[in-house]
Parts: sequence; structure tokens; C-alpha cells
Amino acid sequence: MSEAFDITETLDVQGESCPMPVVKTKNAIDDIPENGVLEVLSTDSGSMSDIDGWAQGTDGVELLEQVEDGDVYKHYVEKTN
Amino acid sequence: MSTDTPSAGDDESTTEAQLQARIEELEESVAKLEADDEQKKMSIIATKGTLDMAYPPLILASTAAAFGYDVTVFHTFWGLEILHEERSKNLKLSSVGNPNMPVPNVVGAIPGMDRVTTKMMEKRINDNDTATIQELLETSLDMGVEFQACQMTIELMDYDEEEFYDGVTTGVGAATALEDMAGADIQLLV
Repeated sequence: MSEAFDITETLDVQGESCPMPVVKTKNAIDDIPENGVLEVLSTDSGSMSDIDGWAQGTDGVELLEQVEDGDVYKHYVEKTN
Repeated sequence: MSTDTPSAGDDESTTEAQLQARIEELEESVAKLEADDEQKKMSIIATKGTLDMAYPPLILASTAAAFGYDVTVFHTFWGLEILHEERSKNLKLSSVGNPNMPVPNVVGAIPGMDRVTTKMMEKRINDNDTATIQELLETSLDMGVEFQACQMTIELMDYDEEEFYDGVTTGVGAATALEDMAGADIQLLV
């Protein structure tokens, strides 16, 4: 699935729980260039709803895709502007 | 109507220039208000200092910061413990008064039991890789959350301002908190 876009950076927050996946996603997005895509790897099942909610409530980011891959929840977030 | 009317030509040009200046002034203040309005704000009052109750304000503060909110957390009474560098690492949890804990109140009241229930909770926090209070506080500070320590309770509890984390604002009171809440989109008392 991830081949559909070029991943600029991968953030591994496996093992970490709320609120860290969202908090670290925000900090990682700040650090990547515009139009970059951040891949977030999480084992927190709440991250599916949380990162979706965060992306909807945040300007300048777009959630491209969320994939459940075994125990890992993968999120693809683009920094739009 | 004033009878003291200068020549019509002068009056018109002055009025026009004044109106133009006034329009520019208003446009400026509208733009400023709109910019202020776009910036979302959250104001939390943290009053509790037990291990369990220290979490909600910090989780919400760091998450709101991730959403781009300007966040202020005003700590008062036992909430000050969260900002106290040493004490924040040793927050306690008691089963007494909490019927949801698997320890009867009468057992929980035995000396030393609070240490046991605190250890139980700390183990769970560790096993679940839940962030520690210290991590959440430092992350929030890095993200620009403003932590305020109520001056009246600092004195009441006999704390030294030096004992708080770097970056904590002191010398503030209820009026500061109220002003902050009045301008916030979300206000919470924890």
C-alpha cells in the first residue's frame, strides 16, 4: 500500500500509547518539508481514531491512508502547506 | 448642529482624511481580531496531585498542543505537585475513597498501603509503556504549553519557586486564570 506515495520520513512509535503517537506525529510533521509524507508505525489501536481526528482538526496536514498490518497500525500523513 | 462652521471646502477634506484614517484603523483591528480568533486556545485548571489525576491535564495539554492550540495549564493546590520537579516523580495513589480499586478501604487505610497501590499503578504504567508524568510534562513544555503555578498556593504549601521545572510561570493568580479562561475555546477544571 505504501508504494502509492514516496515516504519522506518514518516515525516508529510502536509500544507507545496515548497521547504519544499523536504528539510525536505532530512534532515529526513539523520537521519534514512541505509535500512530504510521514509514515507512522504504531501498535496503539486508539491511534487509528486519534490520528484521523488530529489530521481533521489540524491545518496543513492530510491523512492519505491508514492500514492495519498485523499488530501494526500504519498511518500516512502528508504535510500540505 | 454647530453654528461654528468653517468654510465648507476645508471641512469636507478634513472629514474625508479623518474617515480614511479611521477606516484603516478599523480594518487593522478587524484583521487582528480575525487572526486572534483563528488561534484556538485551551485553558485547564489542574487541582489534583495524585498519580492518576495528574495524567488527564497533561494528556489533554500535549494533545491540544499537537492540534495547534495555545494551551495554558494553571496549577493550584495539589495540582502544584505535578510542576514540582522532585515531587512529580513520586506522585502517590491511594485506594482509600476509591471503591473501584481492588483493595477494600479498611485494608487501604493500613499504614504503607498507599505505597503498595502506588507501586501497582507504576508497574501498570511501565508495563503498558504509558508515558510518565515527567515525560508528558517535558514534552508539553517543549511544545509550548504554558504551565502556571498559583502564587497563593505556592506560599500556602511553602514551596520554593526554584523547585519547579524550568519554564514554569510563577507569580500568577486567579485573575490571570480567569482572564485566560475567558479567552479560551475550551476550559476545563481537573
